[in-house]
Amino acid sequence: MSSENLRLQVTAAPFTHSPRTTAAVMRDVSLALLPVLFAAVWYFGIVAILVVGTATLGAVLTDAVLGRQGWAGLKDGSAILTGVLLGLTLPPGIPLWMALLGGVAGIGLGKVVWGGLGHNIFNPALVGRAFLQAAFPITLTTWVAPGSGSLVSLPASTLAVPLLHVDAVSAATPLGLAKFQGTLTAVGPLLTGNVAGSLGETSAIILLAGGAYLMWRRAFDWRIPASIILTTAVLQAVASAIWPGLAPPQMMVFSGGLLLGAIYMATDPVSSPTTPRGAWIFGAGIATLVVLIRNWGGLPEGVMYAILLMNAASPLIERATQPRVFGRDKRRLL
Amino acid sequence: MSARQLDPGTTEPEAGPLKLVATLTIAGLLSGVAIVGAWQTTRPTILAYQAQVLKAAVFKVVPGAQGLQRLAWQGQTLAAEADPGGEGDDTPVVYGAYDASGALIGYAIPAEGAGFQDKIGLIYGYDPDASKIVGLRVLDSRETPGLGDKIIKDQEFVHGWDDLSTTPSIELVAHGKKAAPNQVEAISGATISSKAVMRIVSGSYADWAERLPKRADAPRQEITPAASPAKEVAP
Amino acid sequence: MSQSDRTAEELLKGLWKENPTFVQVLGMCPALAVTNSAVNAIVMGLATLFVLVASSGLVSMLRHFIPKQVRISTYIVIIATFVSVADLVLQATLPVVHKELGAFIPLIVVNCLILGRQEAFAAKNTVKLAIADAIGMGLGFTFALTLLGVVREILGSGSLFGMALFGPNYEPWVVMILPPGGFIMLGLILLVFSWVKQRRQARQARQADPAPKVGVA
Repeated sequence: MSSENLRLQVTAAPFTHSPRTTAAVMRDVSLALLPVLFAAVWYFGIVAILVVGTATLGAVLTDAVLGRQGWAGLKDGSAILTGVLLGLTLPPGIPLWMALLGGVAGIGLGKVVWGGLGHNIFNPALVGRAFLQAAFPITLTTWVAPGSGSLVSLPASTLAVPLLHVDAVSAATPLGLAKFQGTLTAVGPLLTGNVAGSLGETSAIILLAGGAYLMWRRAFDWRIPASIILTTAVLQAVASAIWPGLAPPQMMVFSGGLLLGAIYMATDPVSSPTTPRGAWIFGAGIATLVVLIRNWGGLPEGVMYAILLMNAASPLIERATQPRVFGRDKRRLL
Repeated sequence: MSARQLDPGTTEPEAGPLKLVATLTIAGLLSGVAIVGAWQTTRPTILAYQAQVLKAAVFKVVPGAQGLQRLAWQGQTLAAEADPGGEGDDTPVVYGAYDASGALIGYAIPAEGAGFQDKIGLIYGYDPDASKIVGLRVLDSRETPGLGDKIIKDQEFVHGWDDLSTTPSIELVAHGKKAAPNQVEAISGATISSKAVMRIVSGSYADWAERLPKRADAPRQEITPAASPAKEVAP
Repeated sequence: MSQSDRTAEELLKGLWKENPTFVQVLGMCPALAVTNSAVNAIVMGLATLFVLVASSGLVSMLRHFIPKQVRISTYIVIIATFVSVADLVLQATLPVVHKELGAFIPLIVVNCLILGRQEAFAAKNTVKLAIADAIGMGLGFTFALTLLGVVREILGSGSLFGMALFGPNYEPWVVMILPPGGFIMLGLILLVFSWVKQRRQARQARQADPAPKVGVA
């Protein structure tokens, strides 16, 4: 035996490794989004691909040009995912130049200025959406009825010349109908997705299936969507019992961006709390805000603002829910 | 080392209290004189402009008006009231709109209330004999540009108030759904701001219009000015 | 350094090197609140310029007479006087713009830029230098506000000084004339400013030491 084999091996922590990399998680989430994208194409035609693709292009280019790591920073796939998620929150008839701008604003204002992936406080896709909503409130609330064109026809507004406005025919979303005209939509169309709305927020069944897949792959913290959905249902059941004019709880859960937001946006690991108790609180906070905004706010839909506000509260929630080291730290709040 | 001089300008480090008081008093006095001077110089121009804006608004909401006069309740009677001396005069007033002969043809009623963002201030014209609202203009608002500000820019909405029966009461209906003479169509996409305007007018109408006297019983215009066409002024 | 060189230097520093908005980040309230159109921004900038020049001149003139214990109160009285005069004159001459600017004209009193210049400069320098400094700072402030106002008006209303640039079908970026647009635009302009400054410093460092030593012995 040679003396070389007796050398002491010194290695540094960590000693356990998870095979899950950022890129792998992003791949899983993207895979779970494929059926959602497919449903969008089914209801709104090929324009869905164009909108999502353009938003993604804007996100990817911005990350590559402005991001600290340049083109190498794209490898983890997070910019692509941001773009796809942003695209799915947009109305089908949105002009493509706006979708591109949304991608640029989402990554630029939502990620790069904070220092890149992992440093951002807010979900970049929703920052892009919020920017577009604030900049172009009319276009972002102009909806196209599903199945109003053939698979390959485009709404007139899609190819609008950049900076110019093209009038579009508008259909009302289920939440808009409930808020402004007092008309309720049955659960059936909400489940299959045959209603007007953003590209990715139409079919509740497909969104839930995607959530189930991610749960099975352990690609996200299931507590967050569970907390959002449960709290929304309970609060709305109470609210609609007290004020009979309000929408019933099943409609609240299955309509608008609630499921898309709960499953794909609120679970963004960067901008949500990592402690289990924190995840429950985070979800409950989002649900409470959604119920408040939808029932009594000026807007028919409030998932985006609810998630962004709770994103800002995440660090506080995390501090308040840190596990105690046994026998050492005193119990304290914040 | 002597006391450090922070400020080379002040050579005496300790000024007596008398000097401090005197300095501030003199500064205050001079400041007062300067402000009063500026106020006196600019006052006529400012008042003339405000009167012009008001006149333009009244003449727009009461078609055919040639003159106007402030009216306020004095006890149980509506009587002419002098121009307000200064701001902060809270007496509720309406403006009587008169034709060339000095007979009342309608009232212009200012009203304000909460909009989607901040207060909306507006003025509407009322014809007491026909029980009709004959015009409406929003004067102040901070509604969302492109959406809520259609209450000013959307001509269809603005002219929806030009011939609006108030019996039994005014109502807001969805865009394209007007079926009766007492209905106004909301602006599609700006439902909240449309509702706010309707709420403000309804509230003010309940306060005012039902007890405003008919044309024949209204106070006449006291001073009949030379009928001059209203000059267009952007409000 | 000759006297006129010094005056020129005090005049120019406010425009760029010590720009009140972009370098000192003072007077943010009007810079964010009233720059939703180019006209509003220019009028606000000029009103501030007027108040600043008049106050600085007067404070410098009186600097030997104002006891230091009450100097801040006296400065405020002087500033408030000029602000009131500016407010009334604007109301009489430009009523439409005055209405748009609303409470922000009276609020010039609390613009820290103005009080800051009195305390930091006018109270310690001759009238000539104080006025040069005030003009420079005032113009720098006006320039910064106008830049913000121009960009925000072009994007937010598709117009410049009220003239439409892109025709009737322009899709306005409403956010730009709302408060968040002010923050976003100011942030982006500050970004460009520091970037330019950094590049210039890097270049100067290279010129000062063209062949930096590589490696240490």
